[in-house]
Amino acid sequence: MTPKTSNPEQDAALIGRILAGEKHLFHELILPCERSIYFLLFSLLRNEAEAEDAAQETAIKVYRNLHLFRGDSQFRTWVLSIARNEGLGRLRKAETRREDSLDALMDSEAGDFTPAVLTSWREVPVEALERGELGALLRKAIEGLPEIYRNVVLLRDIEEMDVRETAAALGIAEGAVKVRLHRARALLQRELAPKLKGFTPRRGKLFGWAK
Amino acid sequence: MRIDCQHVWEYISAYIDGEVEAELRAEIDRHLETCEICCAVLDSTRNVVVLLADDRVFELPTGFTERLHARLDQELALKE
Repeated sequence: MTPKTSNPEQDAALIGRILAGEKHLFHELILPCERSIYFLLFSLLRNEAEAEDAAQETAIKVYRNLHLFRGDSQFRTWVLSIARNEGLGRLRKAETRREDSLDALMDSEAGDFTPAVLTSWREVPVEALERGELGALLRKAIEGLPEIYRNVVLLRDIEEMDVRETAAALGIAEGAVKVRLHRARALLQRELAPKLKGFTPRRGKLFGWAK
Repeated sequence: MRIDCQHVWEYISAYIDGEVEAELRAEIDRHLETCEICCAVLDSTRNVVVLLADDRVFELPTGFTERLHARLDQELALKE
């Protein structure tokens, strides 16, 4: 499994060697960022093929601009800001979405954040997860989230980045990350809890998993 | 201070992330002891968070890494 976090000292050492001529080491440097790059772009572009192409472009831009990385943020944060620009550039070009529609949504109170009040879904249905059914439900729920919530939940909960790194990668305030994450989780709980209660785990309660 | 369900829901996310101050956390814990509904909301929200972090839920497309590195090889082979 690819690690979700990278080590700043290791990154700095690798970058130094790549810039000094050991170009092949770039593969190793970018590997831990691949998932985050792809899922951030997928969340923006909502299309697998387009997100993959944009991810490749992002990796190439990172390579070409590696000498500009100053180390005042984490490497992955810097990479993700390049990915975000790549994604937003494509959206603008395609004019698939009006930019002002994003602003209109910005942290407004719009939306019902009341949770689904169910007492029957309390456990993680592990077997459905292994069969892949649960994955499809979750992906669909994420795709249905408004853009500003989707990006935050993707970086915070799926890629497990901290609040500071998420804020830096998305170019928003830490407070906004927290508010949006709360709303995103509430919307997901509301959407998913009624569907997931249908998956009854055969094994015992696995609530102990939660961190 | 007694808090109601609505109040607890506002802090669910921060509670899960351990970002609620001790005093409020104690209030929420006290509420949870007697409120089945809020317990269920907390558990199911926490389960959503647990599931999202599972790599089996969000997988890269098949062959993504191979194609990415093949494209990078082309780039790396270019002269500066």
